[in-house]
Amino acid sequence: MGLHEIMFYYFAVVAVVTALLAISRPNPVHSVLFLVPCFFHVAGLFVLLGAEFLAAIQILVPAGALMVLYLFVVFLFNLSEVRSRTITHRQASLAGIVAVVLVFMLVVLSVRGLFPGPFAELVQVLPPDNTMAVGGSLYTTFLFPFELASLILLVVMFGAIVLAKREERE
Amino acid sequence: MIGLTHYLILAAILFVIGVAGVLMRRNIIIILLSIELMLNAVNINLVAFSHYLKNTAGQVFVFFVMTVAAAEAALGLAIVVALFRNLETINVDEINQMKG
Repeated sequence: MGLHEIMFYYFAVVAVVTALLAISRPNPVHSVLFLVPCFFHVAGLFVLLGAEFLAAIQILVPAGALMVLYLFVVFLFNLSEVRSRTITHRQASLAGIVAVVLVFMLVVLSVRGLFPGPFAELVQVLPPDNTMAVGGSLYTTFLFPFELASLILLVVMFGAIVLAKREERE
Repeated sequence: MIGLTHYLILAAILFVIGVAGVLMRRNIIIILLSIELMLNAVNINLVAFSHYLKNTAGQVFVFFVMTVAAAEAALGLAIVVALFRNLETINVDEINQMKG
């Protein structure tokens, strides 16, 4: 078993276990904190796949900024203090059956899907200019969607401020 | 040897964990977190196919997915804040004012 296999199984097992813990903890603070190592290990998988620039972005944005945003909302509004008798919805048993059937179907599709050709071993053939390649693609072929993404973020910023602003009462 | 199938199965498992979180939990914060988890599973698929096809377009798509994930988190949390101010609850089965 080579280094690639060991690293893949380590990242995969930790990501799945922390994801399961994140959706099963009663306290939302614990869920957010379990999702941070999950995203870190997904970033490790990106490195194995030769996308090291995306791995850095994965650590900065989803694992860093977004989780801090969630933690701020949970803390500032004291949402973890909102206690309830049960943590699961009343449709939970049906939803569990649906989830098991769905994972079975997806795994069967992945295993039986026909993907011809070899899957290059990435540890040996890491492209040295991944960032350059992604940046070149982003600023030439995908220039218009890239500008559109900045517009979406601007609109979302105004929208979030308007939605979360406390209304003045006179 | 680790192939494309391994990454696809891992992404499928993470995606279904997210689906289970959305469908089974009552807490709206954890539902939003589960949506983040599902988007991450899709990102694994995109990067794996990008490597498999030797094409950086998949990695650019991951950028756009991350943009949408950040936008969705910001708007979703703003809605949660507004809901909590008005209804004093964050359980989705107690938010049923629009039942008609």
